[in-house]
Amino acid sequence: MKEQEILLMKGNEAIAHAAIRCGCDGYFGYPITPQSEILETLAVEKPWETTGMVVLQAESEVASINMIYGGGGSGKRVMTSSSSPGVALMQEGIAYMAGAEIPGLIVNVQRGGPGLGTIQPSQGDYFQATRGGGNGDYYVLVLAPSSVQEMADFVDLAFELSFKHRIPAMILSDGVVGQVMEKVVLPPFKPRRTDEEIERECPWASTGRKGKRPINVITSLELLPEAMEKHNLHLQEKYQLIRETEVRYEEQQTEDAEYLIVAFGSAARIAQKAISIMRAEGLRVGLLRPITLWPFPSKRIQELSEQVKGILSFEINAGQMVEDVRLAVEGRTPVAHYGKMGGIVPTPDELIQALRTKLTVSK
Amino acid sequence: MENIISPENIVYQKPTLLNDTDMHYCPGCSHGVVHKLIAEVIEEMGVEEKAVGVSPVGCAVFAYKYIDIDWQEAAHGRAPAIATAIKRLWPDHLVFTYQGDGDLACIGTAETIHALNRGENIAIIFINNAIYGMTGGQMAPTTLMGMKTATCPYGRQADLHGYPLKITEIAAQLEGTCYVTRQSVHSVAAIRKAKRAIRQAFENSINRRGSSLVEIVSTCSSGWKKTPVEANKWMEEHMFDFYHVGDLKVV
Repeated sequence: MKEQEILLMKGNEAIAHAAIRCGCDGYFGYPITPQSEILETLAVEKPWETTGMVVLQAESEVASINMIYGGGGSGKRVMTSSSSPGVALMQEGIAYMAGAEIPGLIVNVQRGGPGLGTIQPSQGDYFQATRGGGNGDYYVLVLAPSSVQEMADFVDLAFELSFKHRIPAMILSDGVVGQVMEKVVLPPFKPRRTDEEIERECPWASTGRKGKRPINVITSLELLPEAMEKHNLHLQEKYQLIRETEVRYEEQQTEDAEYLIVAFGSAARIAQKAISIMRAEGLRVGLLRPITLWPFPSKRIQELSEQVKGILSFEINAGQMVEDVRLAVEGRTPVAHYGKMGGIVPTPDELIQALRTKLTVSK
Repeated sequence: MENIISPENIVYQKPTLLNDTDMHYCPGCSHGVVHKLIAEVIEEMGVEEKAVGVSPVGCAVFAYKYIDIDWQEAAHGRAPAIATAIKRLWPDHLVFTYQGDGDLACIGTAETIHALNRGENIAIIFINNAIYGMTGGQMAPTTLMGMKTATCPYGRQADLHGYPLKITEIAAQLEGTCYVTRQSVHSVAAIRKAKRAIRQAFENSINRRGSSLVEIVSTCSSGWKKTPVEANKWMEEHMFDFYHVGDLKVV
């Protein structure tokens, strides 16, 4: 494959190719629909023969996430991927990673729930992703791609942010973005870090104790309440820094907007179509697309709430992100939610109808 | 007397990798002896710069406080998955887990069996004292029939609790294992044999010969409600009857 070549592929395949190209050291995962193409693509590409990247099909999602714990804890760039029920199984390991401050990437190509649910697309794991999901006070840095291109681009970005802040990062995708085929330019090749570079860049990692340095212990355990409180306060300071420095979002036609749609991932693509139809009718509707779901672009939504007559949170779920929108808006303007569940993906027309009825949008 | 104290006359000394932190283990517990053996073996092999241990949830959760190498502390039962990744990503390293019976043979059975069956180049040190020590003496997967614990106070019985699990015998059946052995540390002779077993398992990891499992049949005098001497005697009389000491597989 040549650099800058435009290719046609699925979002899941783009994740796999991007991982090989961005210096990923290891992938550990377990098959589950609708994301199995990630492991399948890696198995076909055999990166262990080219970049030296390890690829292993684990015995379960529980094992997968603990392999990420082990690999990330030893300073390597490692990732796993799964879909909603599998990511539910991983929550223990993610909480341990957050507590032990281990970097690593978890990709969730969401399907409908709860429980075994459906294999069709959903955004029903917003709460699970942005509220921690496991036990204790912690966050995971969450990126929400809305295109195959972003599936490819966010792999390296997630690793960079994850190592910068020593926090687990998640790409929260869904069955639409994972399965849809679109054009994509894969990121340029970046070599894997050498063991010496890892030891230098991750002086905290359990890489084997060299010379007289203190031992490195990767752990989330501390029995002394005073020490555990101190550790928790350190984590909260880190989360505050991330809130202040890592918020990402995209705006479309918000300059003159009277009404605002907030949507992420595949829902944002549907919203774009709905907005172009409504703009053609002369209705001034704009889009704010959160790219980071945690940290959430609360400040920008708060600013826009001063400008618009109403905000619609459009999600493929029963209304989860709408809670964060309401927290940002604090009652300044009406906030409503529209979404569908069960693996049904709403159409632009349904969204337009919802906007008209829920916010009484008219010229 | 002063002439005797010289380096050439040393017959025994504490391994330098075993630090001076006071151990939290109860008097008579086998963990302290096994910790010392691990420190000795790593030191004698000269691989402390390449050694990474994975400690469990259970009494040995704080193993990292006593042996001065790099460690990772695992979620309950997940140590073999963590060790799998470390060894695959650092293939020249000595990677071992240190797990109790509840961690390895109950909540972590899947991770244990699959890591061993894949032939991961890791060593697993398995402390089997037939009881949950850290949580205060509850029934373990390896609790003997008739044995009393806090959660089988009238003795383990098959219809209520099922049977004790011989996971080491299962491990010996797996294609991925190259060395499976059962040892103990209740006498000087047993300690010497256990040390040789740990050394063999660690060399297998370094040389990537496959998975090794070293079970140490151990005492838990607190959980068993016995003095250390009584516990050793009880282990010899009851545990060895069911958990036969010796090599199960040497490839």
